[in-house]
Amino acid sequence: MATEEHSEGLAFHPMDQFIVKPLFGGDEVGVLTVTNVTLWMAIAVLAIIALFVLGTRGRAVVPSRTQSVAELAYGFVHKMVEDVAGHDAVKFFPYIFTLFIFIVFSNFLGLLPKAFTPTSHIAVTAVLAMAVFLTVTIVGFVKHGLHFLGLFWVSSAPLPLRPVLALIEVISYFVRPVSHSIRLAGNMMAGHAVIKVFAAFAPLVLISGVGIAVTPLSILAITAIYGLEILVAFIQAYVFTILTCVYLKDALHPAH
Amino acid sequence: MELAAAAALGKFIGAGLACIGMGGSAMGVGNVAGNFLAGALRNPSAAAGQTATLFIGIAFAEALGIFSFLVALLLMFAV
Amino acid sequence: MANTTETATEAVGEAASHAAEAAGHAAQSAGMPQLDTSTFANQIFWLVVALIVIYFVLSRIALPRIGGVLADRQRTITSDIAAAEELKAKAVEAEKAYNQAIADARTEAAKIVAEARAEIQKDLDAATAKADAEIAAKAAESAARIDEIRAGAIESVKEVANDTAAALVAALGGSADGASVATAVADRMKG
Repeated sequence: MATEEHSEGLAFHPMDQFIVKPLFGGDEVGVLTVTNVTLWMAIAVLAIIALFVLGTRGRAVVPSRTQSVAELAYGFVHKMVEDVAGHDAVKFFPYIFTLFIFIVFSNFLGLLPKAFTPTSHIAVTAVLAMAVFLTVTIVGFVKHGLHFLGLFWVSSAPLPLRPVLALIEVISYFVRPVSHSIRLAGNMMAGHAVIKVFAAFAPLVLISGVGIAVTPLSILAITAIYGLEILVAFIQAYVFTILTCVYLKDALHPAH
Repeated sequence: MELAAAAALGKFIGAGLACIGMGGSAMGVGNVAGNFLAGALRNPSAAAGQTATLFIGIAFAEALGIFSFLVALLLMFAV
Repeated sequence: MANTTETATEAVGEAASHAAEAAGHAAQSAGMPQLDTSTFANQIFWLVVALIVIYFVLSRIALPRIGGVLADRQRTITSDIAAAEELKAKAVEAEKAYNQAIADARTEAAKIVAEARAEIQKDLDAATAKADAEIAAKAAESAARIDEIRAGAIESVKEVANDTAAALVAALGGSADGASVATAVADRMKG
């Protein structure tokens, strides 16, 4: 509704890029409807298959270019899991790698002009974060039983403080999936919306004389924000993954 | 109608106020990164092993700013 | 922009009524597409499909393959390093042998040189001794010749003195036999 108060032809619709719409006509978005979400997720899946299956087809000891990219990603995540979550977390490596690769590809494909970014939607990131949250909680209880609750009982603190700390720990534990999902969605959405806002200023030169100054500035700003967004696209995927590893470490080694 | 207009006004003012929280989070993130850099320049050999901690710290500091961003968005669009 | 306050209030009023309306039908057209709950089921369904596909493709095909390649490379590198170590050890050995050979050759050469020098010295000594002996013999011979010549000369002088003395005696009118003259001459010559 804030977007409706524009004047003299400048159209601010920074949120329109996030609208989920059916690809093949119709208005209703049912569960199975093929939408732009479906399209861009499919592109991400195909790109992932192209990189990790077709790219490594040669199994060369001296790798080709695509194979070395795939190996770089593998080594990056593998090292992260081992360093942060510990050696026994390696059996969760395919799971974490799936999350990381999906987020990275969605973020970067979303940076293409006219693209749709699945990770900018709270529904998508909430599912990812809840999957991590449930995995961590279930693994914690399966591995340690009720001892897992020791995570909330800070035994190194003075006794009178412990119930207070326990309350804080419980709250922060349940806030984890919220911050985990909103961080990713918020970053992606904010960046794309800012680009769109600057882009809306760009055609001002066609409307009024001020545009001679504003249009180049807005184009410059779009370029700068776009560079920042490339960084953010990777860093948010990295942060999501490393937080997953940290939570997993809590589940595997709940010693506080 | 007057009441509805006042509610809309309050929503926008509240959203603006919520954005102040993002400034606090920005200071927090800057603080984390700056202190990391200061420590890294003091002892560069130990810095490489701590980049993961750096990102975790930045993520936690940033999370609170994102909460205020979320409050602003909710006020603007959802309430 | 915002030419009259009238339009502004109108807009706010419109927005407010819009908000009231939006609350009615689940934020359908209001603002954030992210909060449009009617699309959640669709997004979640496709997300789960995508994640399952990625998970199976990665965990069944890609990750074991990449892990295998990395392990292979590690093994190759390790064995290559071992081979290189071995070659290096061999090179060190060869160098040692080479140095040994050079040292051997050097002592051998020194020995040969010493031998040759001793031989030459011996030859030289022999030749010197021979030459010395020859020179000594020659010198002795020469000395003998000189003595002989000297003796011969003294004899001649004696003869000449005898003859001269006899001739002098005869010329002075005396007569003297040869023997007394000779004795007198010998006496004088000794004296």
